[in-house]
Amino acid sequence: MNIAEFFNMGGYALYVWGSYGALALAIAVELYTLRLQRRATQARLLESKLMDEYETKT
Amino acid sequence: MINIFRFASPASFYPLAGKMIPWFAGAAVLLAAAGLYVAFIVAPTDFQQGEVYRVIFIHVPAAWMGMFIYLVMAGYGVLELGFNTRLSAMMMQALAPTGAMFTAIALWTGALWGKPTWGAWWVWDARMTSTLILLFLYMGYIALDNAIEDRRRADKAGALLVLVGAVNIPIIYFSVKWWNTLHQGASVSVTSAPKMAQIMLTGMLIMALACWMYSIAVSLARVRGIILEREKNTAWVDELIAANAVNKEGVTGGSS
Amino acid sequence: MNQQALTLPAHAAADPGVLPGYYAILRRELLLAMRSRGEAVQPAVFFVIVASLFPLGVGADTQLLTRIAPGVVWVCGLLAALLSLSRLFNSDYLDGTLEQLLLSPYALPALVAAKICAHWLTTGLPLSLIAPLLGLQFGLDGGELWLMVITLLLGTPLLSMIGAIAAALTLGARGSSVLIALLVLPLYVPVLIFGAGAVEASLSGVDYSGHLALLGAGTLLGIVFVPFVAAAALRISLD
Repeated sequence: MNIAEFFNMGGYALYVWGSYGALALAIAVELYTLRLQRRATQARLLESKLMDEYETKT
Repeated sequence: MINIFRFASPASFYPLAGKMIPWFAGAAVLLAAAGLYVAFIVAPTDFQQGEVYRVIFIHVPAAWMGMFIYLVMAGYGVLELGFNTRLSAMMMQALAPTGAMFTAIALWTGALWGKPTWGAWWVWDARMTSTLILLFLYMGYIALDNAIEDRRRADKAGALLVLVGAVNIPIIYFSVKWWNTLHQGASVSVTSAPKMAQIMLTGMLIMALACWMYSIAVSLARVRGIILEREKNTAWVDELIAANAVNKEGVTGGSS
Repeated sequence: MNQQALTLPAHAAADPGVLPGYYAILRRELLLAMRSRGEAVQPAVFFVIVASLFPLGVGADTQLLTRIAPGVVWVCGLLAALLSLSRLFNSDYLDGTLEQLLLSPYALPALVAAKICAHWLTTGLPLSLIAPLLGLQFGLDGGELWLMVITLLLGTPLLSMIGAIAAALTLGARGSSVLIALLVLPLYVPVLIFGAGAVEASLSGVDYSGHLALLGAGTLLGIVFVPFVAAAALRISLD
């Protein structure tokens, strides 16, 4: 079938792409949240390390 | 003979997980590509349901993963309570969000499949209702884990909760099935309606494997973050920060 | 608030056995409940009030009400039992009595079993006995009213038992009453299905003995296993 038919999915486009789209969205959100978690952890750890160094110096 | 208990220490598991993530992520991408190819190119248009049946290539694997991940969490729960290894509890915490996500997707796609096929967004059939309760079980675990301050107590309480839940799942499924047949609800069984063609089964299996590889990769990435948070006052984490290695690594963690 | 001092029977031997401790705790819990009768009665009052809300919400069509009666009465019973769960261990936890129980030489499962039993006697049992009044409001009749009481008598012990595990896990945690509800309601589903289902089956003229058998079996299994699981949960929360 051609591209137009593919996107239309026999009239069921909403349901089919709503499903695959939801999964894609969920995966994107999950990966993005992981990156956010990673950055936050790095920042926290770096900050506490700098605080420790500061405290030991003074 | 590898001593697997060596990797029960977060310090040694952290780099190992980092090395494994790219492999599982790659496998997930390849399997997903193959699965989608089967789902859209190879699988023919269904005689009865038209194109909409292609939703099962997500719905069924997602439901399987939701169930499977909960059981894996229960396995880690046993390890946590039996061997008192905090890494087991960390794996449980890492798996829960992904498991909940797949369960929610199973419910969502079930509704999107049900509406055009059986006329209603939600049908109280045994499998969908059990999947809904499974989602509640996930949410309960996550809520409990967030509510308890003391980390080790939260670990063990969560483990016990997941075990109690896992033992109850067959009971819940059985009771919901009984309830459903008594009330003559619709049965949206995937295998009964259209005769399961070999292609459909193959496509679902490939997608399920893809989801599995994805789950492993994501959980390993998440557990690395959890390890860093919880082990933050140890020497090896200090060295990591000092070497700035943490900052350079992306989500997948690289090789350190 | 817990003015009743905890006095476990003195013992000479290393193994004091199970029953003296069990009865001591049971007596204490019942005495405490007697002394704060107002508080002990609240679940029953809640039960009646919430059940009365349903006709106000769905209309007074007697046919409809009779059909939904088993489910409504059972769900209200669930919620009423749920509300009283956070009190199961909380006050003892706050004043240190619970730690004493853990340290006592009596087997913890036995002591926990006594607490659960007392909880049921002050919650599930009264609910089961009040239920016929609600059933009448909803148009249930003779045989079904009896059956309603029996299903509640068989099922409410399970509610107390499962709830005790959740209460033990969430000791002193933030927002514990809602948290307990979230943890426990999925696990209550089978009890609800068979409890309400039995009365519904009777209304439709179908055999309900299977439902009762399963409820009974569940309660028996619970009596055997839950004290140990709840004791483990208490140790997790207190150690």
